[in-house]
Amino acid sequence: MIELNINGKPYTVDVPPMKRLLDVLREDLHLTGVKEGCGEGECGSCSVLFDGVLANSCLIPVLQAEGVEIGTIEGVAIGEQLAPIQQCFLEEGGAQCGICTPGMILATKHLLDKYPQPTLPQIQEGLAGNLCRCTGYSRIFAAVEAAAKLA
Amino acid sequence: MPETIQPAQLVGSNPIRKEGRAKVLGQARYVDDITMPEMWYGATVRSNIARGRILSISFPPEIPWHEFTIVSAKDIPGENTIVHLTKDHPCLAAEYINHPDEPILLLAHPDKRVLPAAVAAVKIEYEVYPAVFTIEESEAEDGPQVWNPNPADVAHHHHLKNTFKTYLLQNGDPDEAFAAADFIIEGEYHTGAQEQLYIENNGIIGEYLGDEGVKVQGSMQCPYYVVHALELVFDLPREKCRVIQTETGGAFGGKEDFPSVIASHAALLAMKCGHPVKICYDRGEDMVGTTKRHPSRTRHRTAVSKDGRILGGTIDFAIDGGAYATLSPVVLSRGTIHAAGPYHWPHLIVRAKAMATNIAPHGAFRGFGAPQSLFALERHMDKIAGVLGLTPEEFRRRNFLKTGDQTATGQHLLEPVDMQALLTRALKEADYHAKIARYAESNKTDPIKRGLGFASFFHGSGFTGSGERRLNSLVEIDLTPDGRPRVLMGSTEFGQGTNTVISQVAAQALNLPYEAIVIAQPDTGHVPDSGPTVASRTTMVVGKLVERASRSLCLTLTNSGYVPRGYTPEEFQAGAIAYLAEHGECKVSARYEPVGEIFWDDEKYKGDAYPAYAWAVYVAEVAVDTRTYQATVTDFHALQEVGKVLHPILAEGQIQGGVAQGIGYAIYEKCEYKNGRMMNNQMTNYIMPTSADLPPIHVHFEETPSVQGAFGAKGIGELPMDGPAPAILNAVLNATGIAFNTIPLLPEDIFERMTRTSDTGSEALEPAVDRDTRVEAEVVA
Ligand code: FES
Ligand code: FES
Repeated sequence: MIELNINGKPYTVDVPPMKRLLDVLREDLHLTGVKEGCGEGECGSCSVLFDGVLANSCLIPVLQAEGVEIGTIEGVAIGEQLAPIQQCFLEEGGAQCGICTPGMILATKHLLDKYPQPTLPQIQEGLAGNLCRCTGYSRIFAAVEAAAKLA
Repeated sequence: MPETIQPAQLVGSNPIRKEGRAKVLGQARYVDDITMPEMWYGATVRSNIARGRILSISFPPEIPWHEFTIVSAKDIPGENTIVHLTKDHPCLAAEYINHPDEPILLLAHPDKRVLPAAVAAVKIEYEVYPAVFTIEESEAEDGPQVWNPNPADVAHHHHLKNTFKTYLLQNGDPDEAFAAADFIIEGEYHTGAQEQLYIENNGIIGEYLGDEGVKVQGSMQCPYYVVHALELVFDLPREKCRVIQTETGGAFGGKEDFPSVIASHAALLAMKCGHPVKICYDRGEDMVGTTKRHPSRTRHRTAVSKDGRILGGTIDFAIDGGAYATLSPVVLSRGTIHAAGPYHWPHLIVRAKAMATNIAPHGAFRGFGAPQSLFALERHMDKIAGVLGLTPEEFRRRNFLKTGDQTATGQHLLEPVDMQALLTRALKEADYHAKIARYAESNKTDPIKRGLGFASFFHGSGFTGSGERRLNSLVEIDLTPDGRPRVLMGSTEFGQGTNTVISQVAAQALNLPYEAIVIAQPDTGHVPDSGPTVASRTTMVVGKLVERASRSLCLTLTNSGYVPRGYTPEEFQAGAIAYLAEHGECKVSARYEPVGEIFWDDEKYKGDAYPAYAWAVYVAEVAVDTRTYQATVTDFHALQEVGKVLHPILAEGQIQGGVAQGIGYAIYEKCEYKNGRMMNNQMTNYIMPTSADLPPIHVHFEETPSVQGAFGAKGIGELPMDGPAPAILNAVLNATGIAFNTIPLLPEDIFERMTRTSDTGSEALEPAVDRDTRVEAEVVA
């Protein structure tokens, strides 16, 4: 039995300790907002917040997640109310196909925690672990800048 | 941004993406997010040779095979073929293998974790045949014949060996031009394969429903293509092959033809095991097993006068189609027509061919042949300018097409075209003249060489020639029980904004708020065939149908008396509900009709190639570091005339995304092959641009409404893929004085040329020498 804390809620799962956190979230807990794009730590679509730090859940055995505060996209909105970052992605066209979006939003959250008013190079670096094939990133930068203004 | 935008301003405004809320919440359901009761998982056993014959297949005893369902070609109830344009492509290889990673067997099991070991355990022995991996090997007279469904054809036409398709576009007599020329300029240009690299891999869930037939759902662009493929594989009538598109995480052409394969596979497994079966590829399998952009070789021979006018020329365009024809003939067609670019050619011959090789089939990828032939053309234009001693700008200005001119296919340009003005504005936006003067100075001493280059080009919207008439697309609109108009179409959303733009068009035409419009999920059980979501046709062609259907819905309801003329949204809704109470349902439709006369001769390749064209000038600024040999793009301006822009934020995002892919195509993304197999099939070694690699991408629009599209729109989806690569390599030439004629251009290529001692590496180089990044390369994996 492994105890997890996800988006502030406790969960107990009965899974092999080496099962990837990504698969535990998706398959055992049905939190499918976290996506698999590459399975090897390159694309960031499996991003979660791991004690507030951005991490690729495809590289983390679930065992290592015990005792850690895990944040996923499902915990970003407050009830039905979109978080400002989500609203900005929506209004600025930061999501196209949407498959990278949960990871991008978590990466943005992490970035804005670190730099509330990031410069463009800080945004570029902060999101460089999250690949997006649709947008060319420009409208994502616009969304991040808009979210920083609201903060 | 206001929540509700007045209908009067809807087209041209920026309402939020229709399905955007679900996406930012992480609630959008992609195929791998869906599970079904009793669902099993499928996997594919693939060949590990490029070409040969299967001698035996055995199943070693360490795997409990009785737990698995195994499907081979023998289990196919209908034809063993994935139909696109011909039937050469087997659904599962029965005896002969024509490319590495060709599907041979399918396995299904309730636990997906046991599948990889089972796939690896299957033992297949082969007799290996010689194979070809490049256009040159494929066309070699003494090489093996690797493709031709009809050997008798080859006996009679030896030059057709290994050839999927040829086109001859002839306009006048280039020999006359060569006889009169002051200069004859030749060049040879190569482009590599490119992976679409949608972040969501291909995936499908198949079900077999007994008498009801087969049902599949998953990630795709063209549900009706999949229906057509299933009809043959299962020998079922169309209405028993139901296909549903789920939220799709990027496609770029990579989910145009390939879903027919994986859908057939999933449904075959489902039929045999009696459970729904999900097949979702992982990244490695998706990259080796699915389609990519066609590699190409283009040879130009051009006659020019000393005052800088193109007198005529020949263009030999060849693409590598891979092992099966798939969509190569149509990719070749678009490449052929775009090969001439936005210039006036008094005499021109384009000879085009698509060749077979023993590589996994190449298929659709945004641009569809045009990025290849336009790369060659726009590099060649700079080369000619250099020979003539004219600037790239001046040479192009003397040869641009203008309103009223005829294109290379003889199409009269009836709608306004102003390439001169586009070029002037693009160069001004990029501060081109001042910057090249400044960099010419700084490059003398700075180890980082800077320069600017540009490409001027066009892209035809919609299917080629008579294609739209053949598609005969249909759109319907009905009313939901709560009185909202619902658009029914097979056109799909995969990030590009179909749902949003179509809703804007319908809302505008119906004079209703954007939020009132519902888009039905593409499910062939309920939506009509509005044609494939490809070829930059959806906004323009399907949008026009939605506009017409909306007007007819408006008329139906107002004529019925339930909805008053000059209605408010509330009156519309109340009237719609009353209409439904009386009549049970309300459905209107609109079918494609050509706007004005469209003439096309498929035999001679003459006439109106496309209903409309988007026109563009893209300017790239680069920095080449002479210590690391790395070229980076430092600034980018994309100017285009695309008719009315229906949603500026979405349109800008489309252009920026396409430019980013074009930058990857030019200087980052290389498919490395060994014996026909892609070796770098991971995101760690196939390098696409990250947020830290890209320059600011400035997007500028000119809007000249076209009669062809909804509210004056033309297509924009593919256009941005065409311009970046030639603009960037022209900029590298401007920065370094070295002409590179092959993409991708990687640091090792720049190193090789900068350190080569035998010559200066100028444009005077033999074109044949500069073939430094060929498709087939030795890989140290
Ligand atoms: S799936 Fe984890 S980084 Fe790509
Ligand atoms: S929006 Fe499609 S990958 Fe980012």
